[in-house]
Amino acid sequence: MGMTIGEKILARASGKDVVKPGEIITAKVDLCMSNDGTTHLNIDIFENQLKAEKVYNPEKVVFIVDHNVPSESAKTAEVHKKMRIFAQKHQIPFYEGTGVCHQIMIEDFVVPGQLIIAADSHTCSYGGLGAFGTGVGCTDFTSVMNTGEIWLMVPETLKFIIEGKFKPGVYARDLILKIIGDIGANGANYKIMEFGGPAVKAFTIDDRVVLCNMAVEAGAKSGLVAPDETTIEYVTSKGRQDMHLFTSDEDAVYEKIYYYNLDELEPMIAIPHCVDDVVPIKEISEVKINQGFIGSCNNGRIEELRAAAKILQGNKIDPYVKLLISPASKAVYLQALSEGLIDIFVESGAMVLNPNCSVCWGSCQGVIGEGEVLLSTGTRNFKGRAGHPNSSIYLASAATVAASALTGKITDPRGAVQ
Amino acid sequence: MNRKFTGRVWKLGDDIDTDIIIPTQFLALKSVEDMKRYAFYPLRPRLPELINPGDIIVAGKNFGCGSSREQAPEIIAALKVGCIIAKSYARIFYRNAFNNGLLLLENEELYDCCGEGDEVSVNLESSKVSLGKKAFKVSSIPRDLLKMVEAGGLVPFMRERNGK
Repeated sequence: MGMTIGEKILARASGKDVVKPGEIITAKVDLCMSNDGTTHLNIDIFENQLKAEKVYNPEKVVFIVDHNVPSESAKTAEVHKKMRIFAQKHQIPFYEGTGVCHQIMIEDFVVPGQLIIAADSHTCSYGGLGAFGTGVGCTDFTSVMNTGEIWLMVPETLKFIIEGKFKPGVYARDLILKIIGDIGANGANYKIMEFGGPAVKAFTIDDRVVLCNMAVEAGAKSGLVAPDETTIEYVTSKGRQDMHLFTSDEDAVYEKIYYYNLDELEPMIAIPHCVDDVVPIKEISEVKINQGFIGSCNNGRIEELRAAAKILQGNKIDPYVKLLISPASKAVYLQALSEGLIDIFVESGAMVLNPNCSVCWGSCQGVIGEGEVLLSTGTRNFKGRAGHPNSSIYLASAATVAASALTGKITDPRGAVQ
Repeated sequence: MNRKFTGRVWKLGDDIDTDIIIPTQFLALKSVEDMKRYAFYPLRPRLPELINPGDIIVAGKNFGCGSSREQAPEIIAALKVGCIIAKSYARIFYRNAFNNGLLLLENEELYDCCGEGDEVSVNLESSKVSLGKKAFKVSSIPRDLLKMVEAGGLVPFMRERNGK
């Protein structure tokens, strides 16, 4: 019986030839990462509770300050200080203000076939490069940081076979919203979501990351795309060579297979307050927005910024709407600068923010007031996540946010990209 | 921890996410004691004052979906909730809850049968919960995991085991 990519990665990490769903393994972790959302707790557990002295291998641990950057209060400044001191003491690679943690990991660390544990739910993003990433809490993370190992249950795999081609105005973001809407916010609970088929083969790395990043919003343990020439080209362009190129066997066993055709896909939107309340944009009645946001670990990469810039170029955003744009990393920011995208954003009336988690995380920049509506490319539309408990978040693609910022209401971007 | 206990029910819905359990704005507060006052803030801001030690949260499907933040189960444990009985849980929350000594039980029917304020009795030895005369089967928790909950979570459990 064959194995899926996820099973092969977990077998390698646990030193076995074969693993099966339901089996509990102890795996060696290739990399672990933590950000300022919870690292202060990890350090407390490490130093005061475990009374540990050493991280297992400083080269395999990464600390990234991206959630409250720059710090907006003395409390978060203390968190950052604590991280910085600990990282320096243990010689751990440390990033501050250079981008969203998952984007930094993809740009600087991830290679296909790795097992990566991080104290953040969207660690599943690394599946875009064919690596098994999964999010854990502080206790598990601290134990990994100390020992380099973790126990895991081998999950079942769901396969998503994608065919066809995106129509203008429709993006990978619309596809993953559609899938989560169909299978539900716990539709992949504890499972791997493996994306494949001819369309995914033609997807860029950015598109693949968009799909895998949101797997956790369907409850998945990880998202995965088989690494191929596109992946190898990306990883080698970053100077990384050693990789395990696992693909699923022909006779691999899937719990369920789903089929999607991009020819039939249209711009989608998740309505408040659950990520799986997803409808085609044309089906919702007029919704005025107070703020738009383009950024986050899901949708702040160069391709999304290009799509937004194309719509905003030469136009002005609605005078009563704010549009906040945060490139996902320093590299994305510099690329956007060199392509003239930042000029277009600022000319249109948008505010360009430093690379960070920003509005998506709801505790740093761009929080909204009572009764206000945010249209966001972020990962979640949970009640109160953007600020006031009685505010609303809708989730859509960068193109939809850009088109909507111009009109002041939720707008199908297809009219703006023809 | 007693393996038989009774508690008063607080009913929450489906998909109670980690931003509802503890919104991002409060995550940098220094202690769990400071943070627990904001538990369920966007949904029911007064709930932390109303919950008494030993009360039981009964919820629908996918409890704890969203973020990996461990503060979510940590503050529920700090409110001394007896246990949560939900239709299902999100994966990361499930693991974090046990690591923090918070007992989670699964049952599909109880939620639709009980009302807020009802008394529910839990018997971990027989993996049953009862509401009046009705009894419901809940997921059984392996003995080691129960010991970990009784110790207050993974870290105190390890320290106990290592004799530290």
